[in-house]
Amino acid sequence: MIGDDIDRALIVATQGGLPLVGEPYRALGEGLGISAGEVIERLGRMLERGVIRRIGAVPNHYAIGWTANGMTVWDVDDAEVDRLGGLVGSLPFVTHCYRRPRSLPAWPYNLFAMVHGSSRDECAAKAGEIQALLGAACRASDILYSTRILKKTGLRIGA
Amino acid sequence: MPELDAIDRAIIDTLQGDFPLTERPYALAAERLGIVEADLLARLERMLAAKVLTRFGPMFQIERMGGAFVLAALAVPEDRYETVAAQVNALPQVAHNYRREHLLNMWFVLATEKPGGIAEAVAQIEAETGLPVHAFPKEREYFVQMQLEARV
Repeated sequence: MIGDDIDRALIVATQGGLPLVGEPYRALGEGLGISAGEVIERLGRMLERGVIRRIGAVPNHYAIGWTANGMTVWDVDDAEVDRLGGLVGSLPFVTHCYRRPRSLPAWPYNLFAMVHGSSRDECAAKAGEIQALLGAACRASDILYSTRILKKTGLRIGA
Repeated sequence: MPELDAIDRAIIDTLQGDFPLTERPYALAAERLGIVEADLLARLERMLAAKVLTRFGPMFQIERMGGAFVLAALAVPEDRYETVAAQVNALPQVAHNYRREHLLNMWFVLATEKPGGIAEAVAQIEAETGLPVHAFPKEREYFVQMQLEARV
């Protein structure tokens, strides 16, 4: 595990975004009392270890044309869910796929897969492909469409 | 909806990862796109201001540093929706929040630096809203890669 005080300070300094200046790592280093080279080395190490998934643009998917966003949820036989979850996760159009606990009786679903499209029909067609993969192991399903982004800041740890 | 040109779309499609870790990373990324550094910076500023981009920078997986992410949901009475949304969004631990069509009509992700921070945030939301929080911690991650190309 990494995460000394400087790494933590670097997360706090970059969680809202990188400085939009020619030498952003030097600007960050100036704020933290370290060199640009050390900022680059630390960010590279966090990338290698998966603390940073990636560095780049985070689009608002609605604004770039993906106006239908459906959280598809499935009640899948516990004996089959891991095998099938792996298959659903490898469908090219699924962006997130997780197994989560049921919350009975209100919530019988244990497999979650996000699908996106320019229309709800497109999402429903993708959900149909998931359904076909799951077959008889799936007892019930639903699609929860998002109708509004209420917040999308990402991680915010305290300074 | 803001207008995007072919270069904006190329920025969105090619710069969702692999931003260079070099002295002048915008200059290098711009060169790959066939534009100059100042143009890339101006376009990023414009797309951030227009909320086409919500952020430009690192995406953290805080679990790899001992933290936690948990998906959670609330069934919010319609007449209290805006108030509850403001109460929930006020917590810095709430990383995203979406309205969804279901009895459970508010779905948010809690992100905390320490695993114990999740229970604290849940307790605070329950105390402030008087509504039970349904938490859906992940038990297994099969796939995550949210990289959609521009379709406009």
